[in-house]
Amino acid sequence: MNYFPDEVLEHVFDFITSHKDRNSVSLVCKSWYKIERYSRQRVFIGNCYSISPERLIARFPGLKSLTLKGKPHFADFNLVPHDWGGFVYPWIEALAKSRIGLEELRLKRMVVSDESLELLSKSFVNFKSLVLVSCEGFTTDGLAAIAANCRFLRELDLQENEVDDHRGHWLSCFPESCTSLISLNFACLRGEVNLGALERLVSRSPNLKSLRLNRAVPLDTLQKLLMRAPQLVDLGIGSYVHDPFSEAYNKLKIAIQRCKSIRSLSGFLEVAPHCMSAIYPICGNLTFLNLSYAPGLHGNKLMKLIQHCRKLQRLWILDCIGDKGLGVVALTCKELQELRVFPSDPFEAGNAAVTEEGLVLVSAGCPKLNSLLYFCQQMTNAALITVAKNCPNFIRFRLCILDPIKPDPVTNQPLDEGFGAIVQSCKGLKRLSLSGLLTDQVFLYIGMYAEQLEMLSIAFAADSDKGMLYVLNGCKKLRKLEIRDCPFGDAALLEDVGKYETMRSLWMSSCEVTLGGCKAVAEKMPSLNVEIIDESEQMEFNLDDKQKVDKMYLYRTLVGHRKDAPEYVWIL
Amino acid sequence: MENSVAYEKATELRLGLPGIDEPAVLSSVKNNKRPLHDEKSGENGKSAENETAPPSKAQIVGWPPVQSYRKNNFQQAKKSESECGGIYVKVSMDGAPYLRKIDLKVYKGYPELLQVLENMFKFTIGDYSEREGYKGSDYEPTYEDKDGDWMLVGDVPWEMFIRSCKRLRIMKGSEARGLSCSGV
Repeated sequence: MNYFPDEVLEHVFDFITSHKDRNSVSLVCKSWYKIERYSRQRVFIGNCYSISPERLIARFPGLKSLTLKGKPHFADFNLVPHDWGGFVYPWIEALAKSRIGLEELRLKRMVVSDESLELLSKSFVNFKSLVLVSCEGFTTDGLAAIAANCRFLRELDLQENEVDDHRGHWLSCFPESCTSLISLNFACLRGEVNLGALERLVSRSPNLKSLRLNRAVPLDTLQKLLMRAPQLVDLGIGSYVHDPFSEAYNKLKIAIQRCKSIRSLSGFLEVAPHCMSAIYPICGNLTFLNLSYAPGLHGNKLMKLIQHCRKLQRLWILDCIGDKGLGVVALTCKELQELRVFPSDPFEAGNAAVTEEGLVLVSAGCPKLNSLLYFCQQMTNAALITVAKNCPNFIRFRLCILDPIKPDPVTNQPLDEGFGAIVQSCKGLKRLSLSGLLTDQVFLYIGMYAEQLEMLSIAFAADSDKGMLYVLNGCKKLRKLEIRDCPFGDAALLEDVGKYETMRSLWMSSCEVTLGGCKAVAEKMPSLNVEIIDESEQMEFNLDDKQKVDKMYLYRTLVGHRKDAPEYVWIL
Repeated sequence: MENSVAYEKATELRLGLPGIDEPAVLSSVKNNKRPLHDEKSGENGKSAENETAPPSKAQIVGWPPVQSYRKNNFQQAKKSESECGGIYVKVSMDGAPYLRKIDLKVYKGYPELLQVLENMFKFTIGDYSEREGYKGSDYEPTYEDKDGDWMLVGDVPWEMFIRSCKRLRIMKGSEARGLSCSGV
């Protein structure tokens, strides 16, 4: 029942921006659904196979901004074959044919071809923003099309994509008339760029706030760019190698000092550590520092740099910082909310330089810490219990002990109690990744205490089906569950198949589920797509229901089986 | 007569290179639930005493869970950087009272390096040719390589040079000429 005219409701809905809230609003009644759908501009689709572009377009004719995610998370770690799916072309094609005035497209883990980029660039007059995260399938030719055709482009943000760099002059394809750029990030490109074109582009972009360069941009160009864009808020440095006694370095110092607005700093893809003092003047204002691609920066030079960063809220670094370096972080960065420590040598577990000590120091020194990604050599229950006490505000807690089933080295016990303390203390925990030696017990704790948990990642853990059952029964808000190398079988999988409809997806690889079990899920739940990924072609020759399934990925969907699956994917 | 066991082992299908006793790459350790090295024994791998290098642990697919983009990036970085940070080497000049130090990483190639040396010590280097070394001046840039030998600067590719150079010495006079003769 509406007591207000539609326009008033629409105006009220304008203030409701979160996707969850807007979704809730649309469920209240038919007229609210109608008003909401006509006024909706931003849509987030967490799994591109859960809905079709046609239905999206039909429901939200006013769509301006679309976010799409494709492959499952474990694709990041090479567990999903390259051509599994997640193609964006059909979406762009459908949107192009419609009357949708798309302005923003954000994609994660999708396959993006040059054809799709070209079609995108030519189909939407007001297109403003393209953000590609962990995508693949395109080359710099596709980027050239975007540069050339999107006349009002404000944002081109490429994060950690595998791009085939044709070393073409894509940067030169931005026309002289393009002066609207606010954000340009091409740090992930491996090839040369036309430095002159880059300088001219930056010169004619007075609104440029974010600039992240790739390795091919040398220091003297950086200096020129900074002179032209002192208003930058976010800077990603490409190459930072030079002679501290040179003229170029002096000029750089002056240029950096003019950039009083920089709050976020990243890159240093090539670095000469003895030249970091030029950066000190801006360190005091930094809220985000990402040195996770700069293995050349460690030891005293790194610590000295961090000592200047008193306002840091987010820090991404490599484990060569060491426990001692984390101690410096704990003393200096009192505003720290997010810490990510990546392994500097992902292939050599023995050389990892951080342990439980570093984490305990940070938890003690940084009470606002709420988000953690920590790759370490070892962890103890005592440390985790201390961390849980020091930082009860964790929203994201992802711990990766490089040796996948390592117990507490002091007590030789599994890490059940430690993680149990984390979930019990951190009542707002939404995302958790476990590692180390773990039994069913830790899952009992998770089921009991992790009431807000939305995403759980498990590897090489548990003793029996009970582990998985504790989680499925206990975590009412669970949306994504990804499991590898655990002894969970059909009994756990089939206990409550209705649960999967309340979740976005479930991934299980190298577990004990069988073909028969997966078939049973598919039969009982037509609203789920149950995919078996079998590259070894065993399934073709042996359709025995008792056979163990190597990789299973199931997700809820409104549009049934997808038509673009490759040969080795069986949709039951 | 070949030992049948040895013959079997040699023809056994596995993922490693023939002749190497390395553990094969695994896709899972689910049945075993232990990593390939025996932690309890305290050793880091099988038959450690037979190998000169530290024994390699088997690589589990997708572990550690580092994004493949990041992993690829590090492999590339490893290739292009011989060491983390700069490669500082001492530079001595015959007759000069003290030595200097330079960072080889900063320079893109031989011409730049030679220019810097010329500026630093105020002298001129002759023209380089593979046949005759540096002609036209009394000075020859040389370096000590990892084997302890004194080599003429410029003979090997730049990347190889910066990886193997331990120190530089600018030789003067007859000693220099002896080095550049294409005989010994």
